[in-house]
Amino acid sequence: MKLFDQLVFNRQVFLRHRVRTLLMLLAVAIGVASVILLTSLGEGARGYVDREFSALGNRILIVLPGRKETTGGGPPMYGASPRDLTLEDANALGRIPGVLAVAPIVAGTTTISHSSRSREVITLGSTAAFFAVRQLQVGAGTLLSARAESEPLAVAVLGVKVKRELFGSSRALGQWVRVGDRRMRVVGVLEERGESLGLDMRDMLVIPVRTAEQLFDSPGLFRILLDIAPSADSDKIKEKILNVIRKRHDGEEDVTVISQDSMLAAFDNILATLTMAIAAISSISLLVAGILIMNISLISVSQRRQEIGLLKAIGASSRQIKQLFIGESLMLISMGSAVGISFAFALIALFAGLWPSFPLQPPVWAVPAALLVAFGTGLVFSIMPAKRAAALDPVLALRGML
Amino acid sequence: MIKLEKINKTYQVGDSPLRALADVSLNIEPGEYLSIMGPSGSGKSTLLNMIGLLDRPDSGRYWFDQIATEELNEERRAHLRGENIGFIFQSFHLINRLTAFENIELPMMLAGLPLKQRRIAVADVLAMVGLSDRASHKPNQLSGGQLQRVAIARAIVMRPRLLLADEPTGNLDSRSGAEVIDVLEKLNQDGITLITVTHDQKLGDRARRHIRMVDGMIDRDQGGFSVTPENSDMPENSPEPKNSPEPTKSPEPTKSHQPTKSNDETI
Repeated sequence: MKLFDQLVFNRQVFLRHRVRTLLMLLAVAIGVASVILLTSLGEGARGYVDREFSALGNRILIVLPGRKETTGGGPPMYGASPRDLTLEDANALGRIPGVLAVAPIVAGTTTISHSSRSREVITLGSTAAFFAVRQLQVGAGTLLSARAESEPLAVAVLGVKVKRELFGSSRALGQWVRVGDRRMRVVGVLEERGESLGLDMRDMLVIPVRTAEQLFDSPGLFRILLDIAPSADSDKIKEKILNVIRKRHDGEEDVTVISQDSMLAAFDNILATLTMAIAAISSISLLVAGILIMNISLISVSQRRQEIGLLKAIGASSRQIKQLFIGESLMLISMGSAVGISFAFALIALFAGLWPSFPLQPPVWAVPAALLVAFGTGLVFSIMPAKRAAALDPVLALRGML
Repeated sequence: MIKLEKINKTYQVGDSPLRALADVSLNIEPGEYLSIMGPSGSGKSTLLNMIGLLDRPDSGRYWFDQIATEELNEERRAHLRGENIGFIFQSFHLINRLTAFENIELPMMLAGLPLKQRRIAVADVLAMVGLSDRASHKPNQLSGGQLQRVAIARAIVMRPRLLLADEPTGNLDSRSGAEVIDVLEKLNQDGITLITVTHDQKLGDRARRHIRMVDGMIDRDQGGFSVTPENSDMPENSPEPKNSPEPTKSPEPTKSHQPTKSNDETI
């Protein structure tokens, strides 16, 4: 039997059983569409996180005291090292070509109080570069001045939450606060901004790095943030950083350099895995569609017993009968897939119009995967009905005795 | 053309085995007109299906044109069946969703023949059964007699040499039945081998050779070229005189019946 003739023959079957055909088509279409839509949801989330990350800090390298072998994941909060990372180290790193800005950070916890209210907060001692590197803006007032790099100025920049809790809705700028055993003037309040890289910038206090050194009585830096030029090769810069540190630390390479790329890679991994999991779950709907096709095909086989018997009597072999029924399923799946894919992409386009900030993006493998699963299940589940049809006894079938 | 040798077939009906064919041996020459009669369950349909290659015997041998069919695989049997054997059924078995034309072209389609060739052949057989103007009608737009003639057209579109008719007039009124028989006998006169299975004594009597089956055995075999009337139809008897001119020389009773039937038609 020629392929074209079989297509014509099957088309006539579909036209004869419109409702049945439509239902099976719908089942396949829903399955295919759900695979594509759900995976694009996962992929969309990944794209969203990617963009947030790059918006957050162009390209940051983080230098931690102490040697750590871990890559990816969140940066460890505290590193223990026999040799401190110092402000002088930070300045030396700033001279590496390709490094745009250096933000040394001294961190600790202090009590900040204003009139009768007080609060424990994470306090970061840093320089003006810190705000640039972390892309932080002030909502009111100013950032730390350049003088804050070298002098222990008694000024502080408050996170939004800290400001709110100490001052309520009244004005904080220019007010004096007590930080530990010192009085400092509030020069700025940070813009409202979410959590970034594991630090809640709303619940934080930033003071000049020298002030923090005195306050915590420690010459050691908590970490150094480096903003590197977009054109620079972060691996080469990493290498240079380690060279500089080795030179300054008597040949010891006792720091860890984490790149934002490695953190992003970790996130990417997690979200990609998630997308795969979603794809697997949505494939279940295709499996259901497959089972539906099997059931309806079985009914179809029993309804068309006489036809099958006849086809055998007029020269159709078992193989041809099998071919007819499997071909019918495959045709249905092709049509259903086409409908499902168009539907999914239409919906994605609609979504892109409604929420441009969170565009759904079907991963490149979504359509092939959906088709593979659809045809796989369709084939597997149509084999049984087709076999049953082929095994039909033509004699009994023709007499309507089955 | 057809040679059966000690064919056995047993069906399992519930717990007890039913011997549908018991050591049946039979020779059929090209161009014969043969009727198989007998009570229900006597095995006549099983015999027809065996001859039509729809069923396989449990034991015994069957040569179709010197081809030992029991050695063929399903694929080859289907091919042989499609090329050489036409079936006609009591309930027509036309596919309702297809037009007369499409029903008739089905065997050619299954054989993978091109549309051009199919068009010519279908037009040909439609003319032969007198339904040229009904090609695009669906089965529900045709009368019983017309349906059976469409079915005959389908059976002969591959130019088979053997036509098997299972109660061809069973679902028809006498007038349509006569039309159908007319067509079938004309085909036989043109050289096709015709075997009918029927309960209808009148229809059975029209054949030149009568086989009566009882309990899976050939009880009587009259009018054939093989002389032995018994079921012990030994294979040695098969190389009988080649009777190729015989089919055209139809016996008297058949001839006398035909005019009366066709008279009925015109009334």
